Amino acid sequence: MEHQSLYQYLLTLGDNALILGQRLGELCGHGPSLETDIACTNIALDLLGQTRSCFQYASKQLDGKSEDDVAFLRKENEYTNVLLVEQPNNDFAFVITRQYFFDVYHLMLMEWLSANSADETVKAIANKAVKEARYHRRFSSDWMLRLGDGTQESHQRVLAAVEALWPYTQEFFVPSEAEAWAASAGIGPDLASFKAAYYNDVEALLEQATVPIPENPYFQKGGKQGRHTEHMGYLLADLQYMQRTYPNMTW
Amino acid sequence: MSEKEIKNLEEIFEQRIANDEKIEPKDWMPEKYRKTHIRQISQHAHSEIVGMLPEGNWITRAPSLRRKAALLAKVQDEAGHGLYLYSACETLGISREELYEQLHTGKAKYSSIFNYPTVTWADIGAIGWLVDGAAIINQVPLCNTSFGPYARAMVRVCKEESFHQRQGYEIMLTLSKGTTEQKALAQDALNRWWWPSLMMFGPTDAESVHTEQSMKWKLKRKTNDELRQQFIDQTVPQADLLGLTVPDPDLKWNEERGSYDFGAIDWDEFWQVVKGHGPCNKERMNARVSAWENGAWVRDAAIAYADKQAKAKEVAQAS
Repeated sequence: MEHQSLYQYLLTLGDNALILGQRLGELCGHGPSLETDIACTNIALDLLGQTRSCFQYASKQLDGKSEDDVAFLRKENEYTNVLLVEQPNNDFAFVITRQYFFDVYHLMLMEWLSANSADETVKAIANKAVKEARYHRRFSSDWMLRLGDGTQESHQRVLAAVEALWPYTQEFFVPSEAEAWAASAGIGPDLASFKAAYYNDVEALLEQATVPIPENPYFQKGGKQGRHTEHMGYLLADLQYMQRTYPNMTW
Repeated sequence: MSEKEIKNLEEIFEQRIANDEKIEPKDWMPEKYRKTHIRQISQHAHSEIVGMLPEGNWITRAPSLRRKAALLAKVQDEAGHGLYLYSACETLGISREELYEQLHTGKAKYSSIFNYPTVTWADIGAIGWLVDGAAIINQVPLCNTSFGPYARAMVRVCKEESFHQRQGYEIMLTLSKGTTEQKALAQDALNRWWWPSLMMFGPTDAESVHTEQSMKWKLKRKTNDELRQQFIDQTVPQADLLGLTVPDPDLKWNEERGSYDFGAIDWDEFWQVVKGHGPCNKERMNARVSAWENGAWVRDAAIAYADKQAKAKEVAQAS
């Protein structure tokens, strides 16, 4: 039972990193400049590294599974990432806004886990990830400011991205069963307690970036329970292509 | 400057190169040297960033997390190579924008090999093994080329390329030790990449226009045909080790020469691709041009923001 719960909790940690890393991987070679291309690939690599650490540990909770089984061979409704990270790369403003909304949460989470998690492996994974998350947040914050307070076009574009992605931010703070279990076991945080600080940080930055805070009070959720947006199936079709076409092989 | 003075400078310049001294960006150099280097270094930089596309094509579909991470890192290395080769080129007095412009309008070339499609995962292995293998043979001599920034960039590029090559070979090895289907993928990739890889060394010596001058400036230390032979002699035993068949019925060890004899290269295909009519020339160029055009508003925003910040700082200091 405990193995199963820990497994589920590690999925929620790893899936966010995997799916966002996959989205960033789509951009490689197509960025607005070589420098941003390299930076986005760096972030994708960090996230993929975190995914591997989480899934290697997750696979130990279930006999006979590998990190790749965990990553590639689940059905769509078994992926527990938040809806935010599966949203498509509509333009660079979407890429940056999605990243920023995720990074603020991700850094808070990794700081908590690296300082407090009762599970030593989770703590060690977070200890490495916290440095990466700090860099990611700095990168995406800087770009939020540039885009928000850059030209009229960049302002309009980031405004559109913030409005479109805002409804996906609250899902972070509604714990899934696995996250509630982790909180009760001292392995993970009480996510609801992050909410005020998260919106404080995000709203302060949006203000600095001259982007109005969306007034829309309606939020989306369901990713953590495996109910995804229409984008997810296409993302998985790419992600799982080789493993589904050539099952049971070593690569 | 009088003609005599220029001639004198040129003699000193050629002597420095003959003495294996490095030429640095601020040194005097003949105009032709500058132009030739802009052409070659930018062509190399363009090849790196266009080369990101066929491999980037498989990042989202890589078959395992380990392979996905390695491929991402590899493509990122290529972006890095592009970055410092462009920087080396900029020291010769041309801007990155001008260089991109030359690429996007077709004035500047890039390695033709990247105009071939990557249609299976095995192509990622074949590119690492063959294409990076051929690139290394072309590039190792450039670590001692006469222009300092290029030579130093090449030292780093070659180190990373040889890592990529081992990685590519390891993908091929895994496939060739795998299931029947995997072996077939590996063989099919070798079939498609072998001849284009041989073409990477350029036309035969008899047809090559830049060789003599380039030799003098150490932009080239061996001829196209010598390098091609070196590649074949080095690669055929590796194919044997993989249990794969090189798709050349005329390939045969020549005891006397101590080298492999090989079949005729289809130069019509080579020129077709060089002239812009290969399988993916248009896709590659469209991808580069749209990345650049779609990114214009982002680059403008960064400049506008930096200007605003600078002005705000001035105001703050004045008050």
